Amino acid sequence: MQDFVQHLINGVSLGSIYALIALGYTMVYGILKMINFAHSDVYMVGAFAAYYFARWIGIENDPGLSTLLTLIVVSMICCSLLGLVIERLAYRPLRNSPKLNVLITAIGVSLFLEYSGQVVFGADPKVFPEVMKDFVIFSIGNVEVRSFDVTVLVVGLLAMLALQFLLFKTKIGRAMRAVSANPMVASLMGVNPDRIIAFTFVVGSSLAGVGSVLVGMKYPKIDPLMGMMIGLKAFVAAVLGGIGNVGGAVLGAMIMGLSEEMVVAYLSSTYRDALAFGILIVILIFKPAGLLGKYSVEKV
Amino acid sequence: MSAPLLKVENLDVFYGSIHALKGVSFEVNQGEVVSLIGANGAGKTTTLRAISGIVPCNGQLHFKDQNLKTVSTFRRVGLGIAQSPEGRGVFPQMSVLENLEMGAYSRNDAAGIKKDLEMCLELFPRMKERLAQMAGTLSGGEQQMLAISRALMAKPQLLLLDEPSLGLAPLIVAQIFDIVKKLNQEGMTILLVEQNARMALKISHRAYVLECGRMIMQDTAQNLLNNDVVRKSYLGV
Ligand SMILES: Nc1ncnc2c1ncn2[C@@H]1O[C@H](COP(=O)(O)OP(=O)(O)O)[C@@H](O)[C@H]1O
Ligand SMILES: [Mg+2]
Repeated sequence: MQDFVQHLINGVSLGSIYALIALGYTMVYGILKMINFAHSDVYMVGAFAAYYFARWIGIENDPGLSTLLTLIVVSMICCSLLGLVIERLAYRPLRNSPKLNVLITAIGVSLFLEYSGQVVFGADPKVFPEVMKDFVIFSIGNVEVRSFDVTVLVVGLLAMLALQFLLFKTKIGRAMRAVSANPMVASLMGVNPDRIIAFTFVVGSSLAGVGSVLVGMKYPKIDPLMGMMIGLKAFVAAVLGGIGNVGGAVLGAMIMGLSEEMVVAYLSSTYRDALAFGILIVILIFKPAGLLGKYSVEKV
Repeated sequence: MSAPLLKVENLDVFYGSIHALKGVSFEVNQGEVVSLIGANGAGKTTTLRAISGIVPCNGQLHFKDQNLKTVSTFRRVGLGIAQSPEGRGVFPQMSVLENLEMGAYSRNDAAGIKKDLEMCLELFPRMKERLAQMAGTLSGGEQQMLAISRALMAKPQLLLLDEPSLGLAPLIVAQIFDIVKKLNQEGMTILLVEQNARMALKISHRAYVLECGRMIMQDTAQNLLNNDVVRKSYLGV
């Protein structure tokens, strides 16, 4: 039982990380109806941006809250800029092109970033700065609540609440939902869809930036291909929740995080990555719209 | 006489190789209700789309003496042109209130927005009880009322209405046309697109008849109601 509670904590912590990345996939899908395969590589670049920035200002061995926050902000800024550039240069020119062209372009951007990363950063893993000390905050019996997990949970939760606020309580959030529902009608209301789309990339990419620092803290080895597996899992989480649905992405990510933790704990760590593919296949067969995905109830 | 509020000259629109509008010209004066009538596929919706800037066009478009073609779609709303699109286009997953707030997207005068919201709710009391309801769950008539109020929330000087009667029961259609008439009496200039020519002509000052992308007739609404060709082809007499 105590073991189970421990795995629960770990699973939710892992799930929050998947959620931060899954949100970027789902938001871009919601607004452009495309899978931004480059998203996981934006995340990777965020990790490297934080790594180099920490070394540059000399805080790579200076664990603490201020280091954590500084690196999160730096990574968010770099990721949003990169997301903005990708949208502007690669996707916007294809706004009226067939879906397949956009899809292939997205894969191209992803490969471009992965291999440029190997050239620029080097292919071998780097050790991420020590963002925070990992210590046991409190323990009940065998169950340990560690500072890393609490940090991941708190930061993840704050980011998701901020997103919730942005989407549902602000004018620009309302415009994002309007463009995602019907860009033509939204532009009849005076919305500039291009601007809203660019902003969506900024928001999604900066959430990936937050995720990259949290992952760097927890698993401090970064390399230019680090986005592939986590990106895949976050993508599966988004599909599981119902791609395009923000609440669904968080739900899907939690299910992914928890089931991965449980599979490793009670079955075998061999199945860790197979699980994601298994879940993807099962959803695509039984519930292709995802758990919360539904076809809109527009009346004609 | 002062210059027309909207002046359209030689409008041409292509959808790929389909020539949907062929040199359409007309004008709308301040304070008028002008109808564009015509059969399905005549090019009515395309005309409104060109005015709002959703489809590219050739020809001249002037609004308040300003060349509209230099103004991007999303700026035309701020200039004073709002449209209630064909098929209503409400945002189904947003509440009625949020839909109305979207209508006021181009404005920044919080006090004025609040006043216009009250005005809309007075005009369409049904919206008032349903402010928190998702727009997708409204009936067709309610969605049409929402689409019109949403356009009004932009505080337009020219209101474009695309087939407000489409698919609605006669009683609801009569209600909606009453409200359109009332809006005009309070000073709103309206360009109304309709297949329901009889209803449209009854509340219009002037009307134009579109056929296969060409303007084939124009006259006062009264004369068109008595015109033999119109009576035969569009009024079913
Ligand atoms: N998006 C589009 N793509 C191609 N053809 C279109 C499109 N929209 C309208 N058309 C064509 O343009 C013509 C005019 O259509 P429309 O303006 O919708 O007519 P109306 O509103 O009078 O029924 C029709 O022949 C229609 O088939
Ligand atoms: Mg039409």
